Amino acid sequence: MNVLIIAAKEVHQAIRNRWVLAATLLLAGLALSLTFLGSAPTGNVGVRTLDVVIVSLSSLTIFLVPLIALLISHDAIVGEMERGTMLLLLSYPVARWQVLLGKFLGHLAVLAFATCLGYGAAVGALAATGSQIDGDSFLAFAAMVGSSVLLGAAFVAIGYLVSALVRDRGTAAGICIGLWLLLVLIYDMALLGVLALDQGRSISASVLNAMLLSNPTDAYRLINLTGFANVSTFAGMAGLAQTTSLTIPVLLTALLCWTLLPLGLAALAFSRREL
Amino acid sequence: MTSTVRVSDVTKVFGRVEAVRGASFTLGQGELVALIGHNGAGKTTLMKLMLGLIRPTRGAIEVLGDNPAAGEFAGRRQLGYLPENVSFDPALTGRETQAFYARLKREPVAKALELLDAVGLGAASRRRVNTYSKGMRQRLGLAQALLGEPRVLLLDEPTTGLDPELRQTFYDIIARLAARGATVLLSSHALTELEERAGRVIIMNRGIKVADGSIDELRRLARLPTRIRLKVAGLAPSEMPGWAPQDATCRRLNGHIVEIDAAPERKIELLHRATAAGNSVEDVDVVPPTLDELYAHFLRQSEQAP
Repeated sequence: MNVLIIAAKEVHQAIRNRWVLAATLLLAGLALSLTFLGSAPTGNVGVRTLDVVIVSLSSLTIFLVPLIALLISHDAIVGEMERGTMLLLLSYPVARWQVLLGKFLGHLAVLAFATCLGYGAAVGALAATGSQIDGDSFLAFAAMVGSSVLLGAAFVAIGYLVSALVRDRGTAAGICIGLWLLLVLIYDMALLGVLALDQGRSISASVLNAMLLSNPTDAYRLINLTGFANVSTFAGMAGLAQTTSLTIPVLLTALLCWTLLPLGLAALAFSRREL
Repeated sequence: MTSTVRVSDVTKVFGRVEAVRGASFTLGQGELVALIGHNGAGKTTLMKLMLGLIRPTRGAIEVLGDNPAAGEFAGRRQLGYLPENVSFDPALTGRETQAFYARLKREPVAKALELLDAVGLGAASRRRVNTYSKGMRQRLGLAQALLGEPRVLLLDEPTTGLDPELRQTFYDIIARLAARGATVLLSSHALTELEERAGRVIIMNRGIKVADGSIDELRRLARLPTRIRLKVAGLAPSEMPGWAPQDATCRRLNGHIVEIDAAPERKIELLHRATAAGNSVEDVDVVPPTLDELYAHFLRQSEQAP
């Protein structure tokens, strides 16, 4: 009950602060422009347009959704402490884990709403312009939206963990930007570099799998680019899709772990914190 | 009298600073207790300890049957708290804020909104909190602290930023709550305000409780002189009347007022002497030591003690 009251307030605040509006418009705008501009290289004839959209949208998601998630989550705890609102909230009959979980559900709802609506706009636009959308493509699209929300959840949780550990908001923001750069950009480049140098001598397939699973954005990428046969063709990943042993359940579990583990640690850090 | 708050030999250390050192006291139902002390004397720390926001380094605390340090919070439904610099989420209106806190305490929202009128927030409650002045935020802070007929009220500097009229209303409200059996602990610098209202005073200095008792008890303990001011006719500018005691400090205040510092037990005797000397005494004022003076006395005493 307390969790829901706090979640409802977070949503209310996000609507008031125009967070919901801004995130939805941003995602919808980019999704729409990718839908129409992104189909230019493949043309429109005989190609399953939605599958192309899934490839380009999931690449967009990897950059944008973690960023939005970290933006709303990084000051959830330390920001409220600095503003002094946490002091009052914790004098009420609520447990600290309830505060954290309530915020999580609220922020996740905002993110899910923005993603569903923003990306939904792309499908709507395709359908409206007369593209054929079959069941397989639609399923892959729904999976893409769902896993995008899950990716967002993971980064919201990571943001909370940072927020529960640091002393001030500036530090939280800095660390979150660093984490974003690391997980979204640097990690893959470093991984590629290592693989290129190693030439397959000491890095076995299972080590590579472990390395891919230890970054939530890679787990997300694999779900969407290799998980569905029709999509992986366009992603240029069909070969990888046939050989990888990372199945969708494994990848989803990895993303779930990336959500629950930081969230649990954030709750632990927050419960020990003095304010 | 049932106790609602029990603090037993509590010490709280922040790094190298001992914010509270071995404080012990029990607060009972219906008590209105003033917690006074310098900035940094440990007042806010004590309240935070009672709320479980921080944990004691040593000692134990019990509030409404809960041990706040262990994260127990069942009793907090009947606890109201107003922090020193209260702040709210700026994007929400006063009404939305109050409704949110009411839900957390499982209080009917309509009843909670009536409190906004009681603290005089009225029409402003429909505006966003970020448009509020300090005084209006303080009013909203009071309104949320009063939610649900609290049995324990912890108020940290509650009257700062309030205008005199609302101060009066505020003291009326908490006096009513105390009369119904609530424990009110309030910290303040406005000692003169507290003097008439607090049934009990706890004085803190550098984390140590240096005095605890009703104002009368503290006066007895402090043995500060009561000042007797007599308006005497027909005295030369620096002359002392013949009946003035040799063993007490007497001074002339202006044209015809004589002030005598009387030890508590000699008050009546001195008055007798003054009035027995004839009808030159036109008026008399008896000023017992104020809370300000008591406070200063106990601080001096604790500074002198090693």
